[in-house]
Amino acid sequence: MSGSAVLLQFLNGLASASALFLVAAGLSLIFGVTRIVNFAHGSLFMLGMYLALALVPHVGFWWSLPLAALGVAAFGALLERLLLRRLYAAPELLQLLATFALVLVIKDFALWAWGPEDLLGPRAPGLDGAVRIAGRSFPEYDLFLIVCGPLVLGVLWVLLRRTRWGTLVRAATQDREMASALGVNQHLLFSGVFALGALLAGLGGALQLPREPATLSIDLQIITDAFVVVVVGGLGSIPGAFVAALLIGEIKAFSIALGYAEFTLAAEFVVMAIVLVVRPWGLLGRVPAVQRGPAAVEPPLATPSRGVLLALAAVACALFALPLASGDYTLVLLTDILLFALFAVSLHFLMGPGGMLSFGHAAYFGLGAYGAGLLMLKGGTPMVVALFAAPLAAGVAAVVFGWFCVRLSGVYLAMLTLAFAQIVWSIVYQWDAFTGGSNGLIGVWPDAWLSGRIAYYYLTLAVSLTAIGFLWRTLYAPFGYALRASRDSPLRAGAIGIDVRAHQWAAFVFAGLFAGLAGALYAFSKGSISPEALAVPRSVDGLVMVLLGGVHTLTGPVWGAALFTWLQDSVSRGFDYWRAAIGAVILLLVLVLPGGLGSLLRARRPA
Amino acid sequence: MRNLLLVLAFIAGSATAQPIKIGELNSYKTFPAFLEPYKKGWEMALEEINAAGGVNGRKLEVVSREDGGTPGEAVRVAEELISRERVTLLMGTFASHVGLAVSNLAARRKVVFIAAEPLTDKIVWENGNRYTFRLRPSTYMQVAMLVPEAARLKKQRWAIVYPNYEYGQSATASFKQLLAAAQPGVAFVAEQAPPLGKIDAGAVVQALADAKPDALFSSLFAADLQKFVREGNLRGLFRDIPVFNLLGGEPEYLDTLKDETPEGWWVTGYPWREIDTPEHRIFLDAYRARWQDYPRLGSVVGYAAMHTAANALRKANSTDSEKLVAALKGLRMGTPFGPIEYRALDHQSTMGAYVGRLARRSGEGVMVDWRYAEGARFMPPDDAVRALRKE
Repeated sequence: MSGSAVLLQFLNGLASASALFLVAAGLSLIFGVTRIVNFAHGSLFMLGMYLALALVPHVGFWWSLPLAALGVAAFGALLERLLLRRLYAAPELLQLLATFALVLVIKDFALWAWGPEDLLGPRAPGLDGAVRIAGRSFPEYDLFLIVCGPLVLGVLWVLLRRTRWGTLVRAATQDREMASALGVNQHLLFSGVFALGALLAGLGGALQLPREPATLSIDLQIITDAFVVVVVGGLGSIPGAFVAALLIGEIKAFSIALGYAEFTLAAEFVVMAIVLVVRPWGLLGRVPAVQRGPAAVEPPLATPSRGVLLALAAVACALFALPLASGDYTLVLLTDILLFALFAVSLHFLMGPGGMLSFGHAAYFGLGAYGAGLLMLKGGTPMVVALFAAPLAAGVAAVVFGWFCVRLSGVYLAMLTLAFAQIVWSIVYQWDAFTGGSNGLIGVWPDAWLSGRIAYYYLTLAVSLTAIGFLWRTLYAPFGYALRASRDSPLRAGAIGIDVRAHQWAAFVFAGLFAGLAGALYAFSKGSISPEALAVPRSVDGLVMVLLGGVHTLTGPVWGAALFTWLQDSVSRGFDYWRAAIGAVILLLVLVLPGGLGSLLRARRPA
Repeated sequence: MRNLLLVLAFIAGSATAQPIKIGELNSYKTFPAFLEPYKKGWEMALEEINAAGGVNGRKLEVVSREDGGTPGEAVRVAEELISRERVTLLMGTFASHVGLAVSNLAARRKVVFIAAEPLTDKIVWENGNRYTFRLRPSTYMQVAMLVPEAARLKKQRWAIVYPNYEYGQSATASFKQLLAAAQPGVAFVAEQAPPLGKIDAGAVVQALADAKPDALFSSLFAADLQKFVREGNLRGLFRDIPVFNLLGGEPEYLDTLKDETPEGWWVTGYPWREIDTPEHRIFLDAYRARWQDYPRLGSVVGYAAMHTAANALRKANSTDSEKLVAALKGLRMGTPFGPIEYRALDHQSTMGAYVGRLARRSGEGVMVDWRYAEGARFMPPDDAVRALRKE
């Protein structure tokens, strides 16, 4: 590369970094103060784009920027006021579920309001050409963006460091309970911070108009990027987000320049994994304050009463008897529900009793599925052997990834699981010769004697129920008690001689193995397996199932998996805006049943 | 008395003549820009078929489903259509991996599957099976349509940009292979494979320009194409070099470019305004009357796919899968693009595409100097196909 090429690519990296920083800054602010993992931040970005685009014909491009940003800010404030505020007292992570539901609703709203076609915005008037830099053309607007990033950083710095409001925000970021105890009006502060975060997202979206079209898929694309930047920089640290955006922007620009554009698929996740392993709180993050109060401690899992055990046994018997009375398709759907229930229970094992949030559980599901497919297609292994050997692939990955992950906690841990999952995904997606690349593996069918819908249903039923029963039983074994003790008080657990990390690591491996088993069942039930099985949406589905069911209940994840799978199946049939409908149902459940479906059972049980 | 009997027979007949059910599944929420016109296309064809009395004395009924955009969900939906709705045949799907998964299930359940949209070569070749038939010209065919023009330019240094998944990879591989055969000694000096939907257009354009190519081949589409075109225009990448872009003339992708449309690009596409054959005129007028909108390529695909189903049922005069397979092998029929045939050899239809160049007309992108490239002329030799199909 010549010197001028290096300079130009450096500028390209700066322009991308600015765009990334704007979204990430808002997300970081919101998380720092409210502890909300705002999944809908990408949707706010998307709204900013569409809103600006709608405003351009009326007020011109330059006025559309602030107006769209303010519009999104107002919408954000409204969201916080009407929805999220009701959830601060609820179990943590429920906000995550609520914001996920918002993603679905906002996406369908955008489809309804602006239609399905990609909308390419206008060039920015006055900055619609290119300037010559080192003998090459460089867009004027990109230069403007390069200035925008540091400018916003400066404004935020003044706001947070030089105003009373900023002092309060920083106080709340550092120790929310203490700030509240000292008489800071939390409601006002939270609404303000959420609105500011939304404003930044909206502005970020509007500013992208001259560079990329408004599309309905931009929300989820931007949200993972933004999360990575926030975490790499350190949660709640605005300068950290800026440094991280620069780092990722430049790494991407130079991998393209050197002819490794394929690497950009995983670049940010590789960066994140390395940063988190070396610096567990991100580049400029701080060790978070200890959470106080009873909210942080889960009520211990009750031993299921005889009545509950009998009821569960009755459900199992009913499932065994079902093929006598039902149609073929019910069995197909139930097969899906059962294996997703196993997937959800394995995730719950990690998240609930294990206390380790995972955003990348699909990796183990997918590795199990690919393991099964590869063993059979490439290794010529008999199907039944492949089914039970495949989870070992997931288990081995869990041993490796878990070793790193249990050294972190909270959202950092979750993001490291995501990083590993995305790295695995990008390898599977691009390794054509071995994994079939983006098309995946075709023709992974069970043996003849298991290929009927009834036979396969029984196989799935037997395997899933046994595995779920085993995982549940483990929670009441000494190992399970030690694991729960490690979650509730690592300090005290350590003091009485429990090796906290070893227990968490083992839990990680268990969860991985059983997710892999679910994946293997999945592969044989579909006959094919593609990279989607280990992509982010699959992980998110798992989270939604667990949270819908109730993370603090034992059986909740099973009901959550059943409800979510059934909803997707039945609502998507013959209803155009089914995504919004699922979102609305989830929102309703979150508001009415903050403890999840599983809490229904608990409430009915005599205390 | 005879009249009464006739009336009775008619009543009895229409009561027993259940409609023939067709199962349709597609990723309507994942690719709405392409699939909403596609849906309008098949809905219009369905209305035409039923207004003319249906097929074999029975009406057609379509059970249409969202397939969720992933192979796993699509397979479940297809299972539902087969086992609960008892459909006679399946049609639809968009993305290649979803199409391949459904095609594999169709073979397993012995149900005919008309893959309307997927472009992957594999669905009729490496992974082809007895029950799957594909309508659209494949990636290979569309590349082959552009190669003669590319070879005629005698450009030595080619740069290539493609979305990093199977469609882009196989388009690139076919292009390199076909161009190297047509123009020995040609050099490919740069290759960029940005992630699908996430192209970092500025950096990619810069990197391509740095390689100083004489010509460029791209298989980008949708949002990636729009970003690439804007950055390329701004940075002058296309100023002095010819560019070939697969699918670039399809209204779904072209119409969004508006005054950014790069002039002179060679593309495959669908110049709906200008095609003046009688069969297309009829289709165009009917479509505009029915939907108050102009057709996209997806509209033609949906329309022709539904007529394929009807024609196959008519020719087989049965709803039996094996008879339908026999009927579809070598089925000849008319489409808005002219007559096509489903090749008995590999179940690929000979539907072609329009090859032309891009131009701007009052702020809109259009195709000019176009011609219809007959699909049958851009196939590999039969022996090569047979070897791939392993049947």
